[in-house]
Amino acid sequence: MNLRAKESMPVLQRDHALHLLREMLRIRRFEEKSAELYAAAKIRGFLHLYIGEEAVAVGVMQALEPRDAVVATYREHGHALVRGVSAASVMAEMCGKVEGCCRGRGGSMHIFDAATRFYGGNAIVGGGLPLAVGLALADKMMRRKQVTACFFGEGAVAEGEFHESMNLAALWGLPVVFCCENNLYAMGTALERSESETDLCLKAASFEVPSWPVDGMDILAVEEAARRAVTAVRSGGGPYFLEFRTYRFRAHSMFDPELYRTKQEVEEWKKRDPIPNFSVLLKEQGLLKEEDLDLIEAEVGAEIHEAVQFAEAGNWEPVEDLTRFVYSEQGRP
Amino acid sequence: MAKLTMVEAINLALKQEMERDPSVVVLGEDVGKNGGVFRVTQGLYEQFGDARVADTPLSESAIVGVAIGMAVYGLRPVAEIQFEGFIYAAMEQLISHASRIRTRSRGRYYCPLVLRMPYGGGIRAPEHHSESNEALLVHTPGLKVVAPSTPYEAKGLLVSAIRDPDPVIFMEPKRVYRAIKEEVPEEEYSIPLGQSRIVTEGRDVTVISWGAMLQATLKAAALMGERGIRSEVIDLRSLSPLDDETIIESVKKTRRAVIVHEAPRTCGLGAELVARINEKALLYLEAPVERVTGFDTVMPLPKLEQHYLPNAERVVEAMDRVLNF
Ligand SMILES: Cc1ncc(C[n+]2csc(CCOP(=O)(O)OP(=O)(O)O)c2C)c(N)n1
Repeated sequence: MNLRAKESMPVLQRDHALHLLREMLRIRRFEEKSAELYAAAKIRGFLHLYIGEEAVAVGVMQALEPRDAVVATYREHGHALVRGVSAASVMAEMCGKVEGCCRGRGGSMHIFDAATRFYGGNAIVGGGLPLAVGLALADKMMRRKQVTACFFGEGAVAEGEFHESMNLAALWGLPVVFCCENNLYAMGTALERSESETDLCLKAASFEVPSWPVDGMDILAVEEAARRAVTAVRSGGGPYFLEFRTYRFRAHSMFDPELYRTKQEVEEWKKRDPIPNFSVLLKEQGLLKEEDLDLIEAEVGAEIHEAVQFAEAGNWEPVEDLTRFVYSEQGRP
Repeated sequence: MAKLTMVEAINLALKQEMERDPSVVVLGEDVGKNGGVFRVTQGLYEQFGDARVADTPLSESAIVGVAIGMAVYGLRPVAEIQFEGFIYAAMEQLISHASRIRTRSRGRYYCPLVLRMPYGGGIRAPEHHSESNEALLVHTPGLKVVAPSTPYEAKGLLVSAIRDPDPVIFMEPKRVYRAIKEEVPEEEYSIPLGQSRIVTEGRDVTVISWGAMLQATLKAAALMGERGIRSEVIDLRSLSPLDDETIIESVKKTRRAVIVHEAPRTCGLGAELVARINEKALLYLEAPVERVTGFDTVMPLPKLEQHYLPNAERVVEAMDRVLNF
């Protein structure tokens, strides 16, 4: 099913289109594999899958430059991958190996990577928002034309940090793009059971922050909105709020009886799966053939296979490192 | 008598207290329809409805803050924080307000709330999902802090916590939640706050622990028992206020003490216990008091967790040290 009206179809560059498709597939296949590893107790703790929401991370990252910063949540494997943290590094991290981007200490919820300016992974709902505003304030004070993209779920909107952060960013005109991933549920709580005002854009607008709802299942719509927002923010226009309407196809985490939604609702949303829909669109436009898709799948499969092998061959943190990195290691022998 | 897990025992205590007293209400994230992340509040929403079981938004500060208001106005709110690591946003309400209303108003107002939260490691989860932050709370005058170690204890202590006229933080060792089953009476009973429990009597060495650490401690005591050492194991259970009498009497008898906790070492509750033993029983001691604790770092993931958490072997080593000093 293609939700876009023919006339609103953008002219797509084939390379870019295939890139978008590939990136979404990388996340999907990476996470399917992660779920298997979790079931096999190779990934421990918690695992929050992004499956269904891939278009949001992929679309937004297209608008960012290497000098920009990204702040995400505990549902951030996809963001890290698309931002350029290698699949091997993320997988090793999730498996708790020292070869991971945080030496296996961050795990699935706390992925950090300095090279790609990826400022976490954050297990605390809403915890990343003030950090993002701080990064942006630093950029502004240092007169750098950089942007911070801050991802969070709609559940975080109820936390005090959201309000304090939005206000500061708006008050001081800071270069933050607030990317709210509205997948309708915070764990088992539906949006209308947690917000008196369910129009999140209206909420953001009350801080005088320009805000737009975006179809988060449509990769092209996401990219377009993100580019517009990032351009405005980079040019000094202050923060922007984008509400991506999306849906998570899997459970909240790996233990979740899913009492809060019906199978039918999930099935309805799956019809809007960003990956097959985009593939169909590309095929209709003559940009994608079945062989192309096979090739992409094969390449993505190989990348993930290698990532898993890398992670499995990795090492556990030595016991001597238990209390390292609590304080600066300057002067350490 | 039914054998229950700690989850079931706490659930039963909540249900019975809500049946007994209409002012007991429950609030927290996903405590209603979903029955809580650990299913501790399962069935309460169905039985008591949304008037007494409130699913809140993600708002830890407000969950605790409104519980204060409700408590001051005569209700008996039992709030849940999903994991101990999410309490930090609510510390402002706890420390600045819940703990101080009584003393600030010189007793005119008081705050009989209960804040339940799972705590501690052993489930291979990092940081906020595995820590043992009791010392932060115990350090706050005006808060009572309780940590049950078994299903039976959990039910009796929660009943007292709910009926207590002061704010009580009820720390549930999540590793024990489903790990052991124990006979738990359906009938009403309560275990008074402020009293520790002597689990095994012995004359050779006192070992004090609480929550999930009690299992490791008992295992160590059993191992020492094979070597003829009779340990007096104390389940501290009331972390604030501390039951000085039980602890000091025991140490005076055994002349040796080991304290076991999973929280970081520095300024952990063990330090306070050592200080009290020194103040009140120094001249009885045959050896310096030993502490077996977590390390001064956040809870690591996943392989080092077993190294971080005290286990029976580490407790045995410490017991050997105090016995052979
Ligand atoms: C401060 C805090 N409170 C509670 C939690 C437990 N928790 C983890 S995710 C989650 C739901 C968050 O929903 P949302 O922000 O919409 O993001 P989503 O999971 O849907 O991506 C909850 C309640 C937490 N991690 N941090």
